[in-house]
Amino acid sequence: MISLIPRKDIPLALTVMTPIIAIALTLIVGAIIFATLGYDPLQALYQFFIAPVSRPDQIGDLFVKACPLIIIASGLVFCYRANVWNIGAEGQLILGAVFAGYVALTFPGLPGWAMMPLMVIAGMIGGLLWAMIPALLKTRFNTNEILVSLMLTYVAALLIDWIVRGPWRDPMSFGFPLTKMYEDAALISRIELPGIGYLGQLHWGVVGALLLAVGAWFVLSRMLVGFQVKVMGAAPRAGRFAGFSPSFVTVMVLGISGAAAGVAGMVEVSANIGQLQPDISFGYGFTAIIVAFLARLNPLAVIGAGLVVALAELGGDSAQIALGMPKVVTGVFKGILLFMLLAGETFNRFHVEIRLPKSAATKVSAGQN
Amino acid sequence: MEQLILTVILTSVPLIFAASGELIAERSGVLNLGVEGMMLMGAVSAFAIAMGTGSPILGMFAGAFAGALTAGIFAFFALGLATNQVATGLALTIFGTGLSGLIGAPLVGHAIDGLPQIHIPLLADIPILGMLLFQHDIMVYLAVIMVGLCAWVLNATRVGLIIRAVGDNHDSAHALGYSVLGVRLLAVMFGGMMAGLGGAYLPLVLTPHWAEGMTAGRGWIALALVVFASWRPWRVLGGALVFGGITIMQLAGQARGWTIPSQFLSMLPYLATIIVLVLIARNREFALANSPACLGRIFHAGK
Amino acid sequence: MLLFFFEQVQTAAALRPHLSEAFMTARPRTKTSTNSAKKAVVAAPTHQTLLLNASGIVKRFGNFTANDDVSFSIYEGEIHALLGENGAGKSTFVKMVYGLMQPDSGVLEWRGQPVTITGPQHARDMGIGMVFQHFSLFQALTVAENIQLALPAGESLSGLSDRVRRMSAEYGIGVDPDARVHNLSVGQQQRVEIMRCLLQNPSLLIMDEPTSVLTPQETDQLFDVLRRFSDSGVAILFISHKLDEIRALTSRATVLRRGINVGTVDTDTRSARQLAEMMVGEMVGDVARNTAPSDGDVLLEISHLSRPRPTQFATPLRKISLQARQGEILAIAGIAGNGQDELMEAMIGEWRAESDGIIFLKGLDITHAGPAVRRNAGIGFVPEERNGHAAVPTMSLAENNLLTSHSLDGAVKNGVIDDDAMRQAAADVATAFDVRLPNENSLASALSGGNLQKFVVGREIAKSPEVLIVSQPTWGVDVGAAMFIRSAMLELAAKGSAVVMISQDLEEVFMIAHRIAVLYDGHLSAAMDATGLTAEKVGLLMGGSAAGKGPDA
Repeated sequence: MISLIPRKDIPLALTVMTPIIAIALTLIVGAIIFATLGYDPLQALYQFFIAPVSRPDQIGDLFVKACPLIIIASGLVFCYRANVWNIGAEGQLILGAVFAGYVALTFPGLPGWAMMPLMVIAGMIGGLLWAMIPALLKTRFNTNEILVSLMLTYVAALLIDWIVRGPWRDPMSFGFPLTKMYEDAALISRIELPGIGYLGQLHWGVVGALLLAVGAWFVLSRMLVGFQVKVMGAAPRAGRFAGFSPSFVTVMVLGISGAAAGVAGMVEVSANIGQLQPDISFGYGFTAIIVAFLARLNPLAVIGAGLVVALAELGGDSAQIALGMPKVVTGVFKGILLFMLLAGETFNRFHVEIRLPKSAATKVSAGQN
Repeated sequence: MEQLILTVILTSVPLIFAASGELIAERSGVLNLGVEGMMLMGAVSAFAIAMGTGSPILGMFAGAFAGALTAGIFAFFALGLATNQVATGLALTIFGTGLSGLIGAPLVGHAIDGLPQIHIPLLADIPILGMLLFQHDIMVYLAVIMVGLCAWVLNATRVGLIIRAVGDNHDSAHALGYSVLGVRLLAVMFGGMMAGLGGAYLPLVLTPHWAEGMTAGRGWIALALVVFASWRPWRVLGGALVFGGITIMQLAGQARGWTIPSQFLSMLPYLATIIVLVLIARNREFALANSPACLGRIFHAGK
Repeated sequence: MLLFFFEQVQTAAALRPHLSEAFMTARPRTKTSTNSAKKAVVAAPTHQTLLLNASGIVKRFGNFTANDDVSFSIYEGEIHALLGENGAGKSTFVKMVYGLMQPDSGVLEWRGQPVTITGPQHARDMGIGMVFQHFSLFQALTVAENIQLALPAGESLSGLSDRVRRMSAEYGIGVDPDARVHNLSVGQQQRVEIMRCLLQNPSLLIMDEPTSVLTPQETDQLFDVLRRFSDSGVAILFISHKLDEIRALTSRATVLRRGINVGTVDTDTRSARQLAEMMVGEMVGDVARNTAPSDGDVLLEISHLSRPRPTQFATPLRKISLQARQGEILAIAGIAGNGQDELMEAMIGEWRAESDGIIFLKGLDITHAGPAVRRNAGIGFVPEERNGHAAVPTMSLAENNLLTSHSLDGAVKNGVIDDDAMRQAAADVATAFDVRLPNENSLASALSGGNLQKFVVGREIAKSPEVLIVSQPTWGVDVGAAMFIRSAMLELAAKGSAVVMISQDLEEVFMIAHRIAVLYDGHLSAAMDATGLTAEKVGLLMGGSAAGKGPDA
């Protein structure tokens, strides 16, 4: 029997320690699982978390992997702070990529200084429009945004599949579902650092992601609209008392996170793939949810959290090569991490008492570090 | 044509299992988005045990057990520690997908004997209908039986009444002395068992080998199916056939040169689900009569 | 559902022919109808068997004594009222009878034997049933299923349905076991709750403020049902603050005031006025207060504000009109649950009327303005609930200050919050209003109730509003803070603002109000000059009696 007793106030130390403890527990549980399945746990952990960043150029790749996560999570933070559960970032990402692709493929002659901004805007619009569907259904009909945004993810995946196999298929692609390659103007180039040269695949999109996270932090903590979001999530009645509109906040946060996801889609395609294909995202929209939670819904922390989770993703690649583990095993770490973070939230907000059923009143009070 | 119908029936079996189980969990008020993860754990366990013991029936039980166990993880966090159900379910999906891949890695490339077909005496000899309905493996029949069981338990037994009550108003149920968390735990474990069975069907019958992620999103479709069926077991059966039928329709359509792109047909189940969601939210009477009011809400035994 | 209602109506009408008039006209509860109904009560059991006896019941919560040596008895088959204002101790007492709490001292005797009632199940086994004010049924389930869940397992649904039908016919309750609860009106749902209790064969049925959610017709139907129970030997403990209903339905009433039993009396022989006086005590408007109600300008005017019930347990507002003048405090007295929340929401602007011309600030029509616009125009608001409504518990005082000043000058520039200005403003409020903080950046949740209330009130007064509208300004607040807040409001009025204060604390009303109006069942009485006004007269209005004009018969 587990009983939960609300805490009066939350010690700051606990708030900071929670993500760290969560990460530590994740590593431990992961190691146990690996050992059980016959892999050397220490080797596995090394391959997962140390090997992928042991060379400088790999640091660049780490940022590249983290880039879409940071962008999407920066937007999701707004949603979750307002208690709006946008689960459809994956779909919004796809629509953003598609809209940006429209610009790139329909106007291939545009010069770089016009192409890039237009594509970014197109990406934002695509993601935003896709997110407006659950937003409007929620504000007009009070429909549950979780299931709607989730369903739309699959619709989006089917949409891009059709577009790439049908109307936008490159006639020269020998039947493969690929669009034409983007012109150079539509691609995001790698960063050439003075004296160092290229740092892995590090590209300018990463800079954009970092700026976006900082910008998100500014809006959330320093601007009135950010305040509205926080109030609506923490105490909706106080928000209405203040004169804030629940519908406005809902539409705004979904719009922001949709636009962010759309930009992430555009960046991913332009930086890493260079054309549209049916699979442009590898679950970034869902992984970003974990990043947002790891960052405890703080946009600045999203950067760090994105890097941590990206490390696990890179680790999956490295472990596959070195140990023959299937790539999908990063899901084990990501899943456990999210479980631990969620449990950490509970320990933050409640005193947890575990009463063992048979012994009389043996109380193990947990959660006080 | 008969072949098409057969395929529809077979491909709908995993959906029927998973959706019926999730339906019970949701009726008790719990939204478990981890269906895909539970199905995959069921699939890999069923395959591993079937391969190891040579018995697909044991594999079936293993799948059920694994699914329930996986659901237990969800229950520990979402019910025991009162974590956010949506996030916990997602974590379960990601975890289950990853762990099943890890467990199944050494099993790739092996084949097993699937479940045998059972010919029901006399009935199996009826022309056409006999082949379509009475020559299936045991899990097909089990699926239909489970749907009936769910319907009966929910509507005609006290246990079902309590489940529905807990999903409708967990505070009142608690005030009447019922253990909300206890009921939900049972419902969630049942949902996991059923998802495990649904996942197990894939390697045991449909494609007798293991591939990571072999459920290919069926768990999400099952979630949609529960809504589409307005949380009623018999409608799950019908809906699963419809959803399955659509997938088949697109293959048949392509062969016949239909002009509607197959992807749009595939979108239909998801779009239909969205429409049902809007209908439920708009019409208070429809909502109250059809969806559990406490779905996804965390229960705090306060006061 | 309509058919079902008509069936019910016909049953009731057949039993009480004169009541059918009631369905033709919406008439106020006057003496004529109650007299005719009373004739039935005379046929009460003549042998007065003692059922429940309370002796010296005491219950304390910390320093607060909810029940102070309460003693009275209830007899078999009697309909007994428990009358009192909020906080008088009625709910506390009844919770002890139902086993939800234990008395600190004193004895409860059931049929002559002392008992300790360990919990609601024990109470039910003994024969005590309770219908709560906010009943909670399972909306998606049928009536029979709802009842079945409350009873021990074993009985089949069809058997239960038959029992329900029989009992329903016997007592004229009119409940259809196959109906889904969400299709039933509130009155019908209440009868399902009653039926649930009835099927456990109670000897005592406790009803907590049952009529606040009912229409007049439903109230009459309920009273018919209760009289039939009483005739068959079931005692009823009827908690209410509505004087006319108590006099119409019950034979005796126990009046509680601040935890003390002021007396148990026959309701036949007491006038509404006498009951009111017992309920509120003797207070008179302070003649010594300096300023008489001003004839200053009307700053805030509300004209015929009507609002339908927002939820089934809420109170509608019926053509409320008031005027708040410069320099005065207008108090709106009344017992909780008579429309205070709904009125406050309407005044804040969280709910807005469809038509024009209902709320005016210095002649400006603000009917359709939202809270921020109303604030900009010069109104300050302090709602009843400081945790989650007036303030966000998990935010700092500076942020909470922003809650009501974000639309004013200086708070926000180009969308960016001026953090320093907000921090300074919050600090200024804290200093001026003696708000004690654990440390500088405290969250609102770290403050004590009194300190948070001082902040929430001070935050508004610091803006020098022309009109201050406040609900329950000192509820749950320590004495020192309460006095501080009341002085602050008097000061604000003295400077020329108008203050509208909704308060359930009659002492507070008499302490600082210049004029007093009473809210009852969504109606607001005319405002009366506080000087020389007796509490008993206010009590009459709080209890729903038509404004006493001359002696009651």
